[in-house]
Order: sequence, then structure tokens, then C-alpha cells
Amino acid sequence: MEDLTDVYNELIMEHSMNSYNKRKLEDADYSEVGHNPNCGDEITLEIKMNGDVIEDMAFTGHGCAISQASTSIMIDTLKGKTINEAKEIIKIFIDMIKRETTNEEELKKLEDAIAFRNVSNMPARVKCALLAWHTIEDILNKKVG
Amino acid sequence: MNVEEIRKDFPIFANRDIAYLDNGATTQKPIQVINAVKEFYEKYNANPHRGAYTLSLEATEKYENARTKVAKFINAKHREEIIFSKNATESLNLIAYSYGMEGLKSGDEVTLSIMEHHSNLVPWQKITKATGSKLNYMYINDEFEIPEEEIKKKITNKTKIVGITHVSNSLGTKNDIKKIIKYAHKMGAIVIVDGSQSIPHMKIDVQELDADFFVFSGHKMLSPLGIGALYGKKALLEKMTPFLMGGDMIEYVYEQDTTFAEVPYKFEAGTQNVEGAVGLDAAIDYIENIGYDKIQEIEQDVVSYAREELSKLDFLSLYLTPNKENHSSVISFNIKGIHPHDVASILDTEGVCVRSGNHCTQPLMRYLKIDSTCRASFYFYNTKEDVDRLVKALNKAYDMFKKYIKE
Repeated sequence: MEDLTDVYNELIMEHSMNSYNKRKLEDADYSEVGHNPNCGDEITLEIKMNGDVIEDMAFTGHGCAISQASTSIMIDTLKGKTINEAKEIIKIFIDMIKRETTNEEELKKLEDAIAFRNVSNMPARVKCALLAWHTIEDILNKKVG
Repeated sequence: MNVEEIRKDFPIFANRDIAYLDNGATTQKPIQVINAVKEFYEKYNANPHRGAYTLSLEATEKYENARTKVAKFINAKHREEIIFSKNATESLNLIAYSYGMEGLKSGDEVTLSIMEHHSNLVPWQKITKATGSKLNYMYINDEFEIPEEEIKKKITNKTKIVGITHVSNSLGTKNDIKKIIKYAHKMGAIVIVDGSQSIPHMKIDVQELDADFFVFSGHKMLSPLGIGALYGKKALLEKMTPFLMGGDMIEYVYEQDTTFAEVPYKFEAGTQNVEGAVGLDAAIDYIENIGYDKIQEIEQDVVSYAREELSKLDFLSLYLTPNKENHSSVISFNIKGIHPHDVASILDTEGVCVRSGNHCTQPLMRYLKIDSTCRASFYFYNTKEDVDRLVKALNKAYDMFKKYIKE
């Protein structure tokens, strides 16, 4: 990797160390634990729905800067989206990290989450960036429907 | 031989500009080992123990010579006491299933240390549950060592098996296994020593230790991946039933029943990793040629320097015994407020290779109330320059993160 600040940029650092999304959600509808057994990172995602719309989301847990920031920024990005919109954004994010899309129009839909683009150059950290996104994918597929 | 000359034997250092500090995971390989494997395939490759032709007999000879080499290396009384395996994990599973599953009964106890690698811990959970026996742990004090009173408290006349790592892969603590073995024998228990982190660094004499079982992986001591060994006292091995069934480990096979081969062959089912055994043979030659005295001299120099330099960094937490004589070549640490994976990624950009995570010792991490650490582990080809690179990279990581770290 050329420059570390491509990954550890200001936005990611702020979210990883001081996230306002790291809290308990009162009256959550769904909760799911995401875990990377190799590194011990563990997050609990909580979601409150309003019909078809993700009304609120929060997380607790611990992990590296990339997993923590990725969770926090994901929450910012997906809050207020419908289930279908969220599923589309999740797919774009996973494709971006796995280098399966470079379509700039699509990537714009990620909003701040595009900050993780360069994690695709750090294969050892791909799992950290994807932890929260796989966790919410599970919730939306299995529970919310 | 000085370190500069030694490093010339390791082609990876000519090809990669790295400070390789992950020797607890696996070591680099000298050209002598690489050439021994190459020569085996170029001149001796055949399936051992099977053919009546010269080539197969020579492959058999290479494989059996490696067994004799290992036996002498650890001063086993009989060469049949050496069983080749894939690695320490397979050796430990073999003991757990073949000795533990049949030997334990309800009311018996198995005592491990809290610093065991998962490979000497998870199998015992299964075996103790299956046999109705109990699993106990010897805990460590604030110097990351097992106190003597803990040994006497946890090894009792109910204890039938003690599993203990010689050197902790997470902490570098060197356990006084000779004392533990002596006490366990007095209480009527047998002792399994995980030597994975000790044999690369110190002379092992299984008879002097009086270990009942001693296991290690070859790849942590210069050998190719995929070869390991199990030493067991002959009388114990003879009583045990085989772990894996198949070709080459049998005597007579009938439609419904089988009689098994003698030790060590009854524990070596299927075509074995001959190239690995040949590589291990060459690795032992390499280590003996340098000599453990010299290895310890080099390592003590570098590890002492690392202890001093890392102690100067006030942003580090070190998980390290203060007693140098009880410490081997592993140093675990964290930068306060920064996750070890982030630290390892930043170190990687400076060419410094360290391990980050729980090091397959989750119960130990939980006991220490941490999730994970960074781990620098040294070998005799490491230099003070490697330590300097580590320190420089740690400063870089701290500088990057410090304005975001919450007090």
C-alpha cells in the first residue's frame, strides 16, 4: 500500500475512536452479533424499523479501527433507507471491497462509506471492513425479510 | 558463525526487506533445508515401506534416518518412541484420543495451564466431557508465571493427565516443567509437554525431563511445513490404540478384524510426509551445527535489547515476566488505546512482520481481561536492527493514532 492515510483517513479515524453510533438502542426490533473468530472483533447491531424503513440503528462491541469505523459509517449511510435501498447499498459496498465494481455512479450511493475504498488494497483487513455489512445483510435477509 | 553469516543461509532475507518477527508462528528456512527437500525429490522419491525395489528402500532409509535423528536430538531412549505427525496439533490430538479417551474415567481429572494453545486445550474439553472426567486449570500470577502453590493446588491424586506448554506462545513465559513433571509423577499423573515454542530455542532431553509425552512442530524450527513429531515413552505408546486407521499401520487385516503394527508404525497410517521428515533431519543438522549455546547467546542479546527498548515506550503495555531467566523469545504488547490489528497493519507498511490476535489462546486472553495482543517473536537470525525497525514503526503507529485516542 502506498500511503497509510488512504485507509486510516480522518473520517475513519474519527468514527473509529469517537462514534456517536456506539450506544444501546432502546426498543430495538432486531439485534444480531457479528464476530470474526480469528481476530476476536465482535459487534452487536441493533435496528429499529418503521414499516419498510430503517428508522434507527446503533452498535456496541469492540474491534479494530477499521471494523469499528465501518460499522459506524454504515449506520450513517443506511439510516432512513428502505430495505431494498439498503440491500442495494450493501451489495455495492461488498463489491467495492472485493474489487468487483468500479462503477462511479454506483459508488456514489455509498455516501461516506466510500472512504473504505482503499481497504481493498489491504487483503488482511477486508474481513474487518465487511464485518458489520455482513451482519446487517443477515438481519435483512433472515429477519426483516 | 556470526549473525550476518547465518542470515546468508536464509534466501528469504535476500529476497525480502523485512524484519521478520513472527517466528513463534513459523520460522524461515535455511538453504540447507530447502536443498535437502529438493534433493529428496530429485534422487530418492518413492513410497517408503512398500516397494521391494532399491529406490523405495532408499526413500524408506531417508525417512527412518530422520526418525533416528529426532530421537538422538531429544535424547529419546528408543528410536521407536518417535512418531511423525503433521504438527504439534496432530500429535496432541493423537495423545488425547489414544491415551485420554481410553485411560480416563469419571472422577479423574485433567490439569492444564491457562496459557495452553487451543491445540492442547480444545481436545481435552472433548475428552473430559466424553469420559465424565474434570478439566482444571493452573492460573498465572501478575508476573505471568504459574506459582508453585498453584501447581500443588491443581495437581492432586485425582489428576491423571497434566498438559503443559514448555514456553507460552503468547507470553514467552518458560515453565519449570521439570519441577511440574516431578510433582505430577509423585501424584500419579502423566505429563504431556507441548514443546512447540521451546525446542527451537533450547536443548531438550526428554529423559532428563522425564516427560511422558513431548510434542513439537518442525516448521517452528527451520523445517518445512507439515511435519511434526510426538515423543512418548515406549511403555505408554505400546498400550495405546491407534488414532488413524489405514495402510501401513496394520499387521493382519481380516474382513471383520485387524491386528496392528508395532510402535511407531501403528500410529503412522497412510503414506507419510517423507520430504518433511528429510527437511526436519536437515534442520536438526543446521541447529546442531550452530549449537544451542550459540543460539541462546544470539537470542539473549537481541531479546534483552528488545525488552529494554520496548520498556522505554510509555505508550506500550507489555505482557512480560520481569524475571528474565523465565522468559524465552516471545514478547506480547499493546499500544494503549489502539487495536493490535491496526498496529500490525501499520508495522507491515514498515516491513515489520508481527502477529496480532489472540494467538490461539482465548482462555488466556480472557483471564488477562484483554481481547488480543501484538506479538513479536524472535529467532537466532534476528538482529538489533530488527528491534530498531520495530520500535520506529511502533512510534509511527502511535503518532498516527494519538490525537484520536480517548483518555
